[in-house]
Amino acid sequence: MSRSTTDTPTSYEREPEGAHPPLDHPGYKSTRLRHPRQPLIRLPQTVTEITGPQLGPARLLGPHDADLTRQHEGEPIGERIIVGGRVLDTEGKPLRDTLVEVWQANAAGRYRHRSDRWPAPLDPGFSGAGRCLTDDAGRFRFTTIKPGAYPWGNHHNAWRPAHIHFSLLGRAFAQRLVTQMYFPGDPLFAYDPIFNSVRDPAARERMICRFSIHDSRPDWAPAYGWDIVLRGPGATPFEAAL
Amino acid sequence: MIFATTPSQTVGPYFAIGLPWEAGPHAVPPGTPGAIRIAGVVCDGAGQPVPDNLIETWQADPAGRFADLHGHGGPSALEGFRGFARSGFEVGDGSWGIVTVKPGAVPGPGGAAQAPHIAVSVFARGLLHRCVTRIYFADEEAANAADPVLASVPADRRATLLAQPTDDGYRFDIRLQGPGETVFFAV
Ligand SMILES: [Fe+3]
Repeated sequence: MSRSTTDTPTSYEREPEGAHPPLDHPGYKSTRLRHPRQPLIRLPQTVTEITGPQLGPARLLGPHDADLTRQHEGEPIGERIIVGGRVLDTEGKPLRDTLVEVWQANAAGRYRHRSDRWPAPLDPGFSGAGRCLTDDAGRFRFTTIKPGAYPWGNHHNAWRPAHIHFSLLGRAFAQRLVTQMYFPGDPLFAYDPIFNSVRDPAARERMICRFSIHDSRPDWAPAYGWDIVLRGPGATPFEAAL
Repeated sequence: MIFATTPSQTVGPYFAIGLPWEAGPHAVPPGTPGAIRIAGVVCDGAGQPVPDNLIETWQADPAGRFADLHGHGGPSALEGFRGFARSGFEVGDGSWGIVTVKPGAVPGPGGAAQAPHIAVSVFARGLLHRCVTRIYFADEEAANAADPVLASVPADRRATLLAQPTDDGYRFDIRLQGPGETVFFAV
């Protein structure tokens, strides 16, 4: 707490139209009855929005939180990989001590979840959830298993590209982000309405990690790098008026 | 701006393996004096419950202080106050719920006080981006009448932001779409 009292913004930038997917995206059927129809009302950023939870100890549960391959007696099946990167704001400033939570399917594309019932095997050596805090340079790092693609009921022959779900708290309620990280060159990209709900191709690229020979560990695991960018400081301190 | 932000994606149907945890719904430790339960149901445009909802809340303590480590609006002096709660246990009937204390007033735009309120993020399968709303309290009539954010909401929709008193706290339902649609905000 000693070092953290000075360096956070008093407002956050308003993101441009199209920075995030629209809530109404007909290609993704579950949006149909779940997207608000009324226009969003602009909320001034007050102390409520520029502060945020810092869930370090409350949320880190065990020594293997960041190593999803060591949470069980037996080793999981599949391709062991390292996934690491930095959490930054739009000015390139690292966000340290911020919680990163991940969850994913196993190598066969199956989630350890009661509603996931498609006939792919569960893996007794793999739960598929992890957590870590970023370090002083904003870095996070997980060891895991490369997730498989999986089918879903959205349309005929619908398969999700392999992905890892990421949840970021950032430092403020205004920075909260839940997203998905994809793997380079996935042939399913063209068919996935969730990936393509982000209309700007350059923005879609920002959800795809890159292979990193540099971070790969010899005779152990290939590595993928992915930087996550959260909203940066806004122009006005503590917006003065509605 | 050097970098552009990473886009949001849906939390999907399987977030329960990663996000909820046992103490998650408790913004205050068990046994905190004045603790209340705020609970309700999330429903969709057909009035059907949304069983795979994940709700997060963030708020000040009764003195109007936040459990924020970065120097704004805090720190709270309330023992063990986290101010953050996450509800996502997928009981199947669309319900959600947290245990917390009623927040105090906090500063607002131009120095005006804001009525007691709780910031809310709504996540679910089918939501490609979180929906942000606020919980106000129906029994804070005077403070609500002077609140600048409530004043910015069309009068006929304000009631969707008011939690109603119950035996053990308040009820707050969230309607994603259709008649009585909850007011959602752009932060
Ligand atoms: Fe998924």
